[in-house]
Amino acid sequence: MTEENAAPPEETDQETVEEVDLGPMAYGVPVTESFGQTVLHPTPDQLIETATALQQDGFCMVIDVTVVDYLTHPGRTDLPSAVTPQRFEVVVALINHQQSTRIRLRVQAGNEQPTVPSLFDLFPGTEAMEREAWDLFGVTFTDHPDHSRILLPDDWEGHPLRKDHGMGDIPVQFSTTVGNR
Amino acid sequence: MTSDDLTLALGDPERVHRREQSAVLRVNESDAEALTGDPENPEDDHRMILNMGPQHPSTHGVLRLMLEMEGETVLRSKPVIGYLHTGMEKTAEGLTYLQGPTNVTRMDYAAPLFSELAFSLTVEKLLGIEVPPRATWIRMLMCELNRISSHLLFQATNGMDLGAVSMMIYGWREREEVLRFFEKVTGLRMNHNYIRPGGVAADLHDGWRQDVRELLDMLPARLEEYDTLLTNQPIFQERLQGVGVLNPAEALALSATGPILRSTGYSWDLRRHAPYMFYDQVDFDVVVGTWGDCFDRYAIRQNEIRESLRIIEQILDLMPEGDYRVQNKKVTPPPRARIDESMEALIHHFKIFTEGFHVPQGEAYVAVESPRGELGCYIVSDGSPKPYRMHIRGPSFVNLQTLPHLMEGGLIADGVAVISSVDPIMGEVDR
Repeated sequence: MTEENAAPPEETDQETVEEVDLGPMAYGVPVTESFGQTVLHPTPDQLIETATALQQDGFCMVIDVTVVDYLTHPGRTDLPSAVTPQRFEVVVALINHQQSTRIRLRVQAGNEQPTVPSLFDLFPGTEAMEREAWDLFGVTFTDHPDHSRILLPDDWEGHPLRKDHGMGDIPVQFSTTVGNR
Repeated sequence: MTSDDLTLALGDPERVHRREQSAVLRVNESDAEALTGDPENPEDDHRMILNMGPQHPSTHGVLRLMLEMEGETVLRSKPVIGYLHTGMEKTAEGLTYLQGPTNVTRMDYAAPLFSELAFSLTVEKLLGIEVPPRATWIRMLMCELNRISSHLLFQATNGMDLGAVSMMIYGWREREEVLRFFEKVTGLRMNHNYIRPGGVAADLHDGWRQDVRELLDMLPARLEEYDTLLTNQPIFQERLQGVGVLNPAEALALSATGPILRSTGYSWDLRRHAPYMFYDQVDFDVVVGTWGDCFDRYAIRQNEIRESLRIIEQILDLMPEGDYRVQNKKVTPPPRARIDESMEALIHHFKIFTEGFHVPQGEAYVAVESPRGELGCYIVSDGSPKPYRMHIRGPSFVNLQTLPHLMEGGLIADGVAVISSVDPIMGEVDR
């Protein structure tokens, strides 16, 4: 951690400015294409700004909010060079009804304690989806009105869709159960 | 979609701004208790928190609602879900792409073929394969029949929830006829695992046209009976009209899709506005409502059955001859007879059923119009034979968010009508 931080950041910045091609941009963020669908790559800080711009452009509905945990993935090849891959990726799907187009946002949310701003104020329909993402992946959505578990019980420990969450941990004890007779 | 639709949806800012947080927000149980006031105070005395479900005959499974009531009026409500959660998205990560449909088909158990379809289309997109035309037409035929059976189930339960108990029997009776056809084609009444990556599991049986024709002949007359029994009946209309009203802006804001969005007069149907499969080659109408109330949602489903019958009628004429699955030995298992003759076939068979087929790295999202709205499937592949991540965007799950909105200010008895008209399938809500 300290060693990585100690590396001079000026050098990498200069490289970015001079050599690394940021690739195509849309709405101020890197854009790629995946199977005919546009994918934007905002940072968590840019998410609200991008979503607002998209909403003003006619993307009237957030269809889906989900998370992918890339812990054991061999390595993503479909990210633009300007984006640093991180363990958790929040995926937001938006739809434009008037032009019948879709845009997907892939937000690199962090490695240890993933946090992204909630889209609730822009799209209230994300309420349940963000709760589900928190419940199953432990991604924090700041300013969410009811940031609680939705599918699992309130006293559940851990976030089961994370790749490092153990499976089959709960012992089943049918054989030791004493019957009534 | 015309620009009028959008004006209708976004043109009334006052209604948009009436969307205050409390109506959308599901209140915490502890918060709700604090907000209901002091039981000793006579002024607060009439307000109470009522628990409804998860065991309740009209909650369609294990839906639980926390209701804040003043007398018989519902003020705020909060759906509490998760009672059927079995971690199916986690399960999917342990199943190969060929086994995947067996898992997703158990999500929306009233319309299982749509989950299989969304999954298969996503895998095919990642693989970059195109299924033969006959496979696509079979998928369309089966899905439209499934839409009918799902809406018939809605008519049955909706009738029963409102006291038209005989409707329960009629709806199930007709649904059973459709399921009988499914059983002939797929071997199972439900949870078919029929639509698979690469095509469908088996070709249609001999005489399928006759079976479909019989359904097409039977159903319109039965729908007329429903109209007599329910649609034109004053008591039924009184129970539903003006109950649980939603406007287009609210429906869009809450990400509602399917009949709920269309009931507000907003025309949006993926089959029409973002055609997949061969829906651009068939002629059908998108049924929309006017008032966005429970009656519109009922009537939309009733008429969508008729539109599906129209589509099936055309499919009967358009169904081509040909293969029912793609002849790609890496994806579809070889025919049984080939295994005895060909070493290659045996190897492919063995590979597909032990290791599974590899899907190139990438991520894709495909959506289909299920009877409840947009059913999407998002798959991330890491190049292995199992999905790295599989996510289903369940329309029931998202549509359930409209419940607090629809029930606010209504009577508790209307709440039952509202739950019924949202038509949530808890298997898909909880996944």
